[in-house]
Amino acid sequence: MKPNTSLVTEEITLNMGPQHPSTHGVYRAVLTLDGEKVVGVENVIGYLHRGIEKLAEDRTYTQFIPYTDRLDYLAAMLNNLGYVQAVEKLMGIEVPERAEYLRIIMAELSRIASHYVMLASMALDLSGWTAWFIPFRDRERILDLFEMVCGSRLTLSYMRIGGVAADIPPEFVPALKSFLAELPRGLEEFNGLITNNEIFKARCQGVGRIDLETALAYGITGPNLRACGLPFDLRKVKPYGIYDRFDFEVPVRHNGDTYDRFVIRVLEIEQSARIIEQALRDLPEGPIMAKVPRVIKPPQGEVYHQIEGAKGILGFYVVSDGSSKPYRIHIHSPSFVNLGAFPVMAKGGTIQDAVATLASIDIVLGEVDR
Amino acid sequence: MLDALLSSWGLPLWAVTTIRALVYLLGVLAFVFLNAIYLIYLERKISAYMQQRLGPNRVGPRGIFQSVADAIKLLCKEDIIPREADKWVFLVAPIVIFIPAIMVYAIIPFGPGMIAADLNIGVFYFLAVASTTTIAILMGGWAGNNKYSLLGAMRTVAQMVSYEIPLVFSILGVVMLVGSLKTSDIVAAQKEIWFILLQPVAFLIYFIAATAEVNRGPFDLVEGEQEIIAGPFTEFTAMRYALFYLSEYTNLLSVSALAVTLFLGGWQGPWLPPWLWFIIKVYIMILLFMWVRWTFPRIRIDHLLQFNWKFLLPLSLVNILGTGIGIKVYQALMTGGW
Repeated sequence: MKPNTSLVTEEITLNMGPQHPSTHGVYRAVLTLDGEKVVGVENVIGYLHRGIEKLAEDRTYTQFIPYTDRLDYLAAMLNNLGYVQAVEKLMGIEVPERAEYLRIIMAELSRIASHYVMLASMALDLSGWTAWFIPFRDRERILDLFEMVCGSRLTLSYMRIGGVAADIPPEFVPALKSFLAELPRGLEEFNGLITNNEIFKARCQGVGRIDLETALAYGITGPNLRACGLPFDLRKVKPYGIYDRFDFEVPVRHNGDTYDRFVIRVLEIEQSARIIEQALRDLPEGPIMAKVPRVIKPPQGEVYHQIEGAKGILGFYVVSDGSSKPYRIHIHSPSFVNLGAFPVMAKGGTIQDAVATLASIDIVLGEVDR
Repeated sequence: MLDALLSSWGLPLWAVTTIRALVYLLGVLAFVFLNAIYLIYLERKISAYMQQRLGPNRVGPRGIFQSVADAIKLLCKEDIIPREADKWVFLVAPIVIFIPAIMVYAIIPFGPGMIAADLNIGVFYFLAVASTTTIAILMGGWAGNNKYSLLGAMRTVAQMVSYEIPLVFSILGVVMLVGSLKTSDIVAAQKEIWFILLQPVAFLIYFIAATAEVNRGPFDLVEGEQEIIAGPFTEFTAMRYALFYLSEYTNLLSVSALAVTLFLGGWQGPWLPPWLWFIIKVYIMILLFMWVRWTFPRIRIDHLLQFNWKFLLPLSLVNILGTGIGIKVYQALMTGGW
């Protein structure tokens, strides 16, 4: 049969977002489609811009802490930690031991909670409805723990410059221990339902691949980079706080595809649980706040401090002019950087692949648009 | 019985036939609507049970009237027709999808003698009518003038046309055993042994292909909420959307009913009245469909088609060949010679 040359096909442009079930917030991807195939992707961001960095210039150093909760709102503790450590570095404050340990516990719990959300929402983006509930059920217990220590569940503002806001209540440790004891069972249940599912594997393996060079060129960090084969984790490479005291591994996967980015989160949850167990074992008694002046006035100067956030390297650049308000704060947010590589990953796949890939990058729009 | 009663009133034959048809239609409509409404509730409850939630529990005892409340809400909502829509097609599509969904019930034997039209081409009629659903979805997807709808409609055609073939072939095995397309004959032939035991492969193929035919997970690419919002139904609102939604459950009910008729012995069973047996079996099938839907993630479109053409179709052909050989061997053994 002669090919039908009169049949004209055209590429279509599809606006995925800003209101779309799987953009995880108000983010827009302009997809150029050839049928179901994605031939071009363009990121459009800025729908959630709140000017947090500018707002910081009119707040005192302590007043800015609640704003950091609203960056990556799924891992508020980590944002708190990054910011207060930056200011402490600038002022040269020594944090008490107990506060350091509490910070580690809270930060790792936050990381687990954030990874839980990623696992759940990626399962959901691939229509694994039931699998969504398992991580969220377990995350609920972490939020309960947070509620015990600081009264809120999402926007925590628990850390202070020089320590933490409050000591843990007596019921916290048993609750945390029972959570850690039951964590592997929840993961096993989840892995059985979705991680090892044939359809899920077929949807994810080899999809949205990015090789190590490209990943490094785009500045991808965190679990997404470790899924490409580089065991780069600031907690190990350049330990901040007291991370050098703990024994844990940095999980690595080598394919750099959607499936590896998914699995690496499961592995990291296990490692975070290990850190928490050790921190809980060694938790010393003592004060939870260092002696800090009532009004925080760092000396004139600037500081850049980065920590390993849940999504990658989270950096705070603080410039002080000696007054009680920061002259400038810049936030290097991992989601923003990681999202930059989405067009490269999604190109050449189908729409369904693009959705899976976006979910695997694990962006939080609060952090992309600061 | 109805005929005799009507004739005794001195009505002419055409009136008797018409009234009988109307009564059947009403019966089927009542059955279908009640079940579809209940199925929506059931699906929500089942998924809630699987997901450690409560599900609807506010309207009526255990939330049983939730679907009724939803239906009333949808009836009261504004019916929006997009300005750029292909108006005529847009208006007709929800109705077109519902007609075949109801029509197929004509040949379902709910019990001995409880069949609206015992056609001699029963099963064929079912497949022919059911396949027109594709057109309605395509109409809906095209008329909305929405890119997501169009993508959904394209997927629908690819998927439903492909999966129709293994569906038909899987049924062929049963038809070969019975030697008739009449549904009443097929049920009668299963007095001794259910065809699920003689045709296990065919049952599996039927189950998979039927899941794809009624667009349920993991083959719910047509709607694919996470990718294309609601596929062809994206632009529909109010009762038009509800009709699509209802037809989905009507279709689920009808493929389950056909599965029971073909493989699970229809209305046959001990002790309980036949129609009750039928309902029980249909609901077991539906529960299977729901179980699958709430367990598996969605498959990708190219995998879906590959699975169909490279695995399901050859398998169904092999099944037909095997059935043919089996019948011949059985006959030879029975008659004691080739």
